[in-house]
Amino acid sequence: MRDIKESNTSDVTSISRRVFFKKSATIGAGFTLAMTLPGCVAFESNLNAVSGELTANAFVRISPDNAVTIIIKHIEFGQGTFTGLATIAAEEMDADWGQIVSEAAPANRKLYANLHWGTQGTGGSTAIANSYMQMREAGASARYMLVAAAAQRWSVPVDQITVSKGIVSHQSGVSASFGELAEAASNQSVPKKVYLKDPKDFTLIGRDNLSRKDLGKTDGTAIFTQDVKLPGMLTALVAHPPRFGAKVKSFSDKKAKALNGVVNVVEIPSGVAVIADTFWNAKKGRDALVIDWDFSKAMTESSAQQMQRYREAGNEDGLTAHTQGDLGEAFKGAVKIVEADYEFPYLAHATMEPMNCVVQITDDGVEVWNGSQSPTGDQLGIAAALWMLPGNVKVNTLFAGGSFGRRANKNADYVVETALIAKEHGQSVPIKLVWTREDDTNSGYFRPMYLHKLRAGLDSNGKIIAWQHKIIGQSVMSDSVYAAFIKNGIDGSSVEGATSLPYSIPNFEVKLNTVESQVPVLWWRSVGSTHTAYSTEVFMDELAAAAGQDPVAFRRAHLGDDPRYKAVLDLVIEKSGWDNALPDGKSRGVAIHKSFGSYVAQVAELVLDHKGGYKVDKVVCAVDCGVAINPDIIRAQMEGGIGYGLSPALMSEITIDNGAVVESNFDTHRVVRMRDMPGVDVHIIASSEPPTGVGEPATPVIAPAVANALFAHSGKARHKLPLGQKV
Amino acid sequence: MAISLKINGEKHQVDADPDTPLLWAIRDHLDMTGTKFGCGIASCGACTVHLNGQAVRSCVLPISVIGDQEITTIEGLSSREGKAIQAAWDELAVVQCGYCQSGQIMSATALLENNASPNDADIDAALSGNICRCSTYTRIRAAVKHASQTISVKEV
Repeated sequence: MRDIKESNTSDVTSISRRVFFKKSATIGAGFTLAMTLPGCVAFESNLNAVSGELTANAFVRISPDNAVTIIIKHIEFGQGTFTGLATIAAEEMDADWGQIVSEAAPANRKLYANLHWGTQGTGGSTAIANSYMQMREAGASARYMLVAAAAQRWSVPVDQITVSKGIVSHQSGVSASFGELAEAASNQSVPKKVYLKDPKDFTLIGRDNLSRKDLGKTDGTAIFTQDVKLPGMLTALVAHPPRFGAKVKSFSDKKAKALNGVVNVVEIPSGVAVIADTFWNAKKGRDALVIDWDFSKAMTESSAQQMQRYREAGNEDGLTAHTQGDLGEAFKGAVKIVEADYEFPYLAHATMEPMNCVVQITDDGVEVWNGSQSPTGDQLGIAAALWMLPGNVKVNTLFAGGSFGRRANKNADYVVETALIAKEHGQSVPIKLVWTREDDTNSGYFRPMYLHKLRAGLDSNGKIIAWQHKIIGQSVMSDSVYAAFIKNGIDGSSVEGATSLPYSIPNFEVKLNTVESQVPVLWWRSVGSTHTAYSTEVFMDELAAAAGQDPVAFRRAHLGDDPRYKAVLDLVIEKSGWDNALPDGKSRGVAIHKSFGSYVAQVAELVLDHKGGYKVDKVVCAVDCGVAINPDIIRAQMEGGIGYGLSPALMSEITIDNGAVVESNFDTHRVVRMRDMPGVDVHIIASSEPPTGVGEPATPVIAPAVANALFAHSGKARHKLPLGQKV
Repeated sequence: MAISLKINGEKHQVDADPDTPLLWAIRDHLDMTGTKFGCGIASCGACTVHLNGQAVRSCVLPISVIGDQEITTIEGLSSREGKAIQAAWDELAVVQCGYCQSGQIMSATALLENNASPNDADIDAALSGNICRCSTYTRIRAAVKHASQTISVKEV
């Protein structure tokens, strides 16, 4: 809740953010806002002000050389936070885009918490959504202080001053750059209220050609964790147990220690670490370890056996995640009942940069270098593992070579692993942990395996009158601090996307059977929607076929009250030319889904070859994510999200045999490559709704769109992912 | 025993085991970190460098077999094609996380150096060895074509 004072009234009313947005969208005017920035009241500082600089708040720093540094609290791992969040602050400052520099924030929960969660972290496609008002305030506040300094310097009233492209001017003809005013502005008090622009006056937000602010990625100069080099730094590789649940019984490091460059071998709870001067020497040292594993508590199951266990669990009733209407009565009245089971494998995140981390422990505390998706989570994890206060753990957040949820580990797994190696080795030496690709593929964490059971009843008009959905799988939230979010046994992330269908169905129930496994599981780009979008949208096509209707007409007939679903569906249908007949040798399918507040509709067009194979040739995507801050980043995230979702749609899976992962590297764990990638055509709905996420929402929609295209071609519904290369 | 390598036009002595892959000599011994580690089995392309102008995977190339062949890394990319590729990458905002992009750029540059106007099949063949988990593939394809065009326009 915020105190809002509309600029044209004197009433101060407390209204929710959503109401505010609706209101401001209607009035279309600027307004003043009581400041809520943490940095404004009690500014604490690991951002110590340097002489001559203006540290306006926790997010904006202006130096005499006219650089405006925007502090970015969300990690940049490709989703555009360095550009997007800076755009919002620069907009309210009226800065020149060329003077903006983006910098990663340190771990500091008080200053940089995700306002949707309360801890500092990136995920759930929330970076823009939770920061939109905060970054506007930050920019407006800095602007206020610059204007006040100029007014004082020129002895003129503030309302005669204008700001444009980083230049503060007065009608008399005097002007000054932000840099020239920085020192004077640092003596101005932080405003208690700021004026925010009318969105119609935006010059940066919504602009399509803003250059990106995550620099150094086309000339090799950007520094990722893998690139960190510190004096005396050593590299560690860990021999992890070959099966989940196994432990080290004993080991011999004699051969390893005899090798060039090997400095030390230490045992840690997750295995045996070899510490050497270089990666290659550490790897050779690890290969030379002789380890006797204790398999007494190791997993023995295969994923096929586990799926059989899920099928048995699926016969049990389960917990109710959502219920409405009278399902029993509705099924009695149905003229046709359709049932389908859908199976989903484990999935690896498979970031291009395998897991890695640098930790140095000194007498002063711990310093960490990591592409962390969860800086305060990692900070707490290390503090707990080393028995120290979180305040003594300094986290440097670097660019990450992809994450997709993996680097927001619920147990800070590889980060704690690094800290424990550094502790065991001692000597205050910085340790860089590097996982090989095989380590990354074999150790987890994974998107859980799931079984979905769907059952629906149609009436004589082909309307769905009953819908029962049962989900069987592991809980992502359990076995971690996030277990507190499990309510009445229901992990909401297991059923998200299933409990909030786009369709209005009077009798509707979602059940959850949570099962256990020793396989470690985690959120994976778009979380629950990775499986719920598939089962619900493929089932819709099966129901449409059972009702003898076109999939689009069937969806339109069932859409509920939310007009934004209809808008994305209508747009994708128009842009894909759905109503025009396809030539022979092609097929297409549609799917719609909302995740993280954003609505996405996709049409996938397949080209079928004469050998029973197919290629996803083209995808048309419509998205409604509220106010489009950076349209080109939205397009990029739709393109990339579709490509990411296409891997598990077509080919990626993690299988388990005797408690061990079968796949190991990109030769066996197959992912989408250039030759597999379709053309993608993105259309963004113009909107004045609050901005919502774009990092994840495209991902879950592509698999059902492709499966529905295969179904349209063959008449055979696809009940298992990955779909494979044959129609 | 030190092994001599010629990288980006300069001679370097690397004191490492002969079986050390070029990738790790470049990264850990010579501190050039633009070339990335992704898989270690020549399956993802993140480590791509040029050996006598051809794109090779440095993660499986032992330093003992290179001899006096010319190695070019992203840090030393200076050809007309390389500059055009980098400019096109920036202009089309190809990059997302960026980790694979040194390798993508090295593969794309080698393609353009050997084929001034590649078609889609040429691009598929030359770049399918470079994985991008952010799936920037559509933009990479467009940027290769864009770079090809900017070079041919300059030539006219």
